[in-house]
Amino acid sequence: MPNQTLRKPAISISPEEYKALAQKYTPKPTLTKNILRAFLVGGLICALGQVIINIFSGIGLTPKEASNAATAAMIFLGSLLTGLGVYDEIGKFGGAGSIIPVTGFANSIVSPAMEFKREGYVQGVGAKLFTVAGPVLVYGIAASIIIGVLAYFLH
Amino acid sequence: MFHLIFPAFIVGGLICVIGQLMMDLTKPSFTPAHVLVSFVTGGAVLGALGVYEPLVKFAGAGATIPLSGFGYSLAQGAIEGVGKRGLLGALSGGVEATAVGIAAAVFFGYLMSVTFNPKG
Repeated sequence: MPNQTLRKPAISISPEEYKALAQKYTPKPTLTKNILRAFLVGGLICALGQVIINIFSGIGLTPKEASNAATAAMIFLGSLLTGLGVYDEIGKFGGAGSIIPVTGFANSIVSPAMEFKREGYVQGVGAKLFTVAGPVLVYGIAASIIIGVLAYFLH
Repeated sequence: MFHLIFPAFIVGGLICVIGQLMMDLTKPSFTPAHVLVSFVTGGAVLGALGVYEPLVKFAGAGATIPLSGFGYSLAQGAIEGVGKRGLLGALSGGVEATAVGIAAAVFFGYLMSVTFNPKG
């Protein structure tokens, strides 16, 4: 069928009609699906984080220590799963649900560093670790200092 | 053992939905890196305004595991630092409060990058 229409250029639809048809068959923006997946994956990652906090609390850490330790454990998990190539699969499904948690932060560190290993251990791995983490630390730490200075002068 | 797991799931999920909306409703030039920077900065501002703290109390890891929680810890640390050491604390407080996370990210990140190779 498509071949026949190719040989006969006399297609009986106007460019406007073609546009309408093309629009009809273009997949609709999958916003709702993306939101549901982000909610599910992000929620599950945070629930896992809470389980780890509860375990650390159970062995006698203070709430702050338990939270810090759980963050470190989640970063370890995120880095390991990225190294194993598993986190990319989670990312394809979960979208922002896999990017926003610290596991996604860990992924953003390991992924480019691993990719650029052939450029060496200093300019490759060492530098690319901070492709995303760099900006995050720059803006995060700068914001915290501004907030600290404001707190100093306001109190 | 099951303490806060359900609120963590709901709140953590909703925070990620905000991130998904930021990604889907903006131009492609607004990359995941921009989203993460926005979350850290936003978390720091909300933490400074005292808005994020109740969320942490209510949802635990649901508020601390998303990167906005990292921003909250940075702001909280800076404010506590000021209380203890004045302006010097404003400089040191944020990094001190998040030192475990930063060090873990650098060390585990390096370890895994060196150990593994990209697939495909």
